Amino acid sequence: MGKRIFKKEIRLSGSGGQGLITAGIILARAAVLDKANVTQMQSYGPESRGGASRADVIISNAEFYYPEATRFDVLLALTQEACDKYSVNLKDDGILIADNTFVKNISLLDTEIYELPFTDIAHKKLGTKLPTNIITLGFLVRKTDVVSEASLKKAVTNSVKPQYVDLNNKALKIGYKLADEYIKKD
Amino acid sequence: MQKIPQKIIHTRYLRHRKKFPHVWCPGCSNGIVLGAIMRAIDELKWKRSNTAMVSGIGCSSRMPVYVDFNTLHSLHGRAIAYATGIKMFKPEMNVMVVTGDGDATAIGGNHFIHAARRNIDLTVILINNYIYGMTGGQYSPTTPTGDIATTTPYGNIDPVFDICELAMGAGATFVARTTAYHALEAQSFIKQALEHKGFSLVEIISACPVIYGKLNKKGDAIAMMNAMKKNAVSLKAWEKLPEDKLKGKIKRGILRNEIRPEYTDEYAKLVQKVQGGK
Amino acid sequence: MTKNNIESKVVLMQGNEAVARGAIDAGVNFFAGYPITPSTEIAEICSVELPKRGGKFIQMEDEIASISAIIGASLAGAKTMTATSGPGFSLMQEGIGFAKMTETPCVVVNVMRGGPSTGLPTKPSQADIMQTRWGNHGDAPAIVLYPDSVLESYELAIRAVNLSEKYRTCVVLLLDEVLGHMREAVTLPDLAKVKIINRIKPTIPPEWYKHYEDNPKYIHPLASYGEGYRFHVTGLAHDAYGFPTNRADETAVMMERLDKKIKHHLNDLVQIESFYMDDARTAIFAAGISARAAKTAVLMARKSGKKVGLLRPLTIWPFPDDAIRKYMKNVRNIFVPELNQGQLLNEVKRAMGGVWNYESRRSRKIIPIQKNDGQLITPADIINKMKEVK
Repeated sequence: MGKRIFKKEIRLSGSGGQGLITAGIILARAAVLDKANVTQMQSYGPESRGGASRADVIISNAEFYYPEATRFDVLLALTQEACDKYSVNLKDDGILIADNTFVKNISLLDTEIYELPFTDIAHKKLGTKLPTNIITLGFLVRKTDVVSEASLKKAVTNSVKPQYVDLNNKALKIGYKLADEYIKKD
Repeated sequence: MQKIPQKIIHTRYLRHRKKFPHVWCPGCSNGIVLGAIMRAIDELKWKRSNTAMVSGIGCSSRMPVYVDFNTLHSLHGRAIAYATGIKMFKPEMNVMVVTGDGDATAIGGNHFIHAARRNIDLTVILINNYIYGMTGGQYSPTTPTGDIATTTPYGNIDPVFDICELAMGAGATFVARTTAYHALEAQSFIKQALEHKGFSLVEIISACPVIYGKLNKKGDAIAMMNAMKKNAVSLKAWEKLPEDKLKGKIKRGILRNEIRPEYTDEYAKLVQKVQGGK
Repeated sequence: MTKNNIESKVVLMQGNEAVARGAIDAGVNFFAGYPITPSTEIAEICSVELPKRGGKFIQMEDEIASISAIIGASLAGAKTMTATSGPGFSLMQEGIGFAKMTETPCVVVNVMRGGPSTGLPTKPSQADIMQTRWGNHGDAPAIVLYPDSVLESYELAIRAVNLSEKYRTCVVLLLDEVLGHMREAVTLPDLAKVKIINRIKPTIPPEWYKHYEDNPKYIHPLASYGEGYRFHVTGLAHDAYGFPTNRADETAVMMERLDKKIKHHLNDLVQIESFYMDDARTAIFAAGISARAAKTAVLMARKSGKKVGLLRPLTIWPFPDDAIRKYMKNVRNIFVPELNQGQLLNEVKRAMGGVWNYESRRSRKIIPIQKNDGQLITPADIINKMKEVK
């Protein structure tokens, strides 16, 4: 990347219980390992499960101050509500990653959109939908390069309980593979 | 019981040159309780510097200023919470709370029951005079139903708390009740409560002739003391009394004395466990 | 604030965690608290960390009990802290007044959320600023610190503990909900280099000791329970020994000390950050999370050639009157973005009173930018307002 200044604003959105805040923390930890400047912010309702939930991660190689993502370079939407609410603030050259297990309508044109049933895939391949967040994180990182994959792997390992490291590494690999095999609809 | 001359007590344990005369009204029982506490502590040979007396707000809560211990006159209802802080940080200190019926069971009811539940090693000496004296005679959670207070001019319709039952229900491990008339018994109960490892309560029924007594035509201080003598029956006698004779009587005696893990001990064990895991 | 020269020790840390770690590093060895969003993580971390160090943690039955317990423990010699948020902070006011009145060191963290009442438990607000100054009944000055980053949360937590010990009073650490829950890369300083202040202990024999001995600096030694100094503490007006008094002369001495011990040490207490203020023609005055938006707005404005600067208080009380007058004297307009209905605005107006001659220089304005709906003020909000006001 050289000396060029980069700053990526990423919003991970969906509902409580989908692991978005954990995903945000892991992404931010990976950025720290990359020696980038990072803020991770979160917003959620009073409920820890079920209500709207989002995590913002801003990653830059320069100093920055305002910690809330306002114009997203990357938006991950795991629910229809989140997609509807936040896709308007996606940058023109931004990337939308949507879980079409839940997101059925996307009213954006000209945007780079990736749609996959991440939750269904997690359930089918890993027997549980819990690692959906890590699958999407793997997908997001391979498609966007916001952090290095080595740092991401390390961050995942450092962030989950020892007994879940293998499961989550598998989830990461599934995410990478999905990104590599993704065929864009036109 | 060993009798101790007055003189030694007041020069040794009171701030006798600095803070007297005290604020209490003529005929008030608080002085009797103060004497009983001093004598109990003298029997235990407790070091003054290692002893703390904490109070809240009210007539009885003025007591700490008169005693030569580590003393804290805190906020209304909060004495037990302040005392919990002292005891938690310095478990080696002897910490007692002097409080009243309103202070401990109305505004401070929450702290009272939770300290009992934790079984933290505090001794609560609760002087129950059935009234808010400091503010001039409003009804408290122990003012008998039907009685007159300045805020129950037509008679009190509130049911009353039985403070000892409340403490036992919440988990206190030493609970005793007596009256200011039974001063030696009070001294003995206080001594046992202070020695007890865990949350202990001594409720002392007391006379407030100037306010409660006057409002309810209970007579002067002597008449009120005589009423205590008559109405407070010992546990043994209580069990023999037929039900129809129990009305208006007060049960006095040690109502509970048992051992349960004490809070600061348990915390010390927890610290040991956490540090041992390294 | 994020740093470019990140070392290997750098960690991703949440604001609430930084507060807990800062306080513990400053020597806090007693924490009593009650769960409340968005401050709960501070209690959780203390419950993990304090027993490891032989410190004490207790979850009390409510916030009133929590402030009471930390004051009791402080009198017994502990360095103490509690943490809460809006509703709990309201419940603690009587205890905070007691700590100030009895000159007992303690730290109260208030992670602000939307109010009044239960309000918006998970949304940011800056509407407790006045409560931290005037929340307890009676006259008593306040020391209140207000960070704008995770690292600064750590640093000001240490400073809060230090100031509480030094000035024998309750120090409040204000935090924005967003900051409490935000994570940033933080390089923690070498602990050996961190300055820790402990309360001054009396050296005279107990019989000579006065718990509230007056002296020209208004700061006096503090004995602890259980050390042989059998002193009395009361929330009543008291004399030098701590015994209750009704005498006007003794009360006056006490009240003057509470006031002067803050006012005589403004140089030590007041901390501000001047961000591009030296040549500023337009100024922003903002604290906490709103200052983060303001910094971005300053950089955006500078890029388009406008001389905009930010003055930010790290100590919000005592209010930095002198700094405001010094830095704002020659600016044209002052913008005050805040997540409330004008709590800082009115203070800035008060501080500037008499400095600007409003009659002859009508063009000068102090302009509010306010939100109280749970949303943050964005850099764009500030830029747009600046464009509006010519």
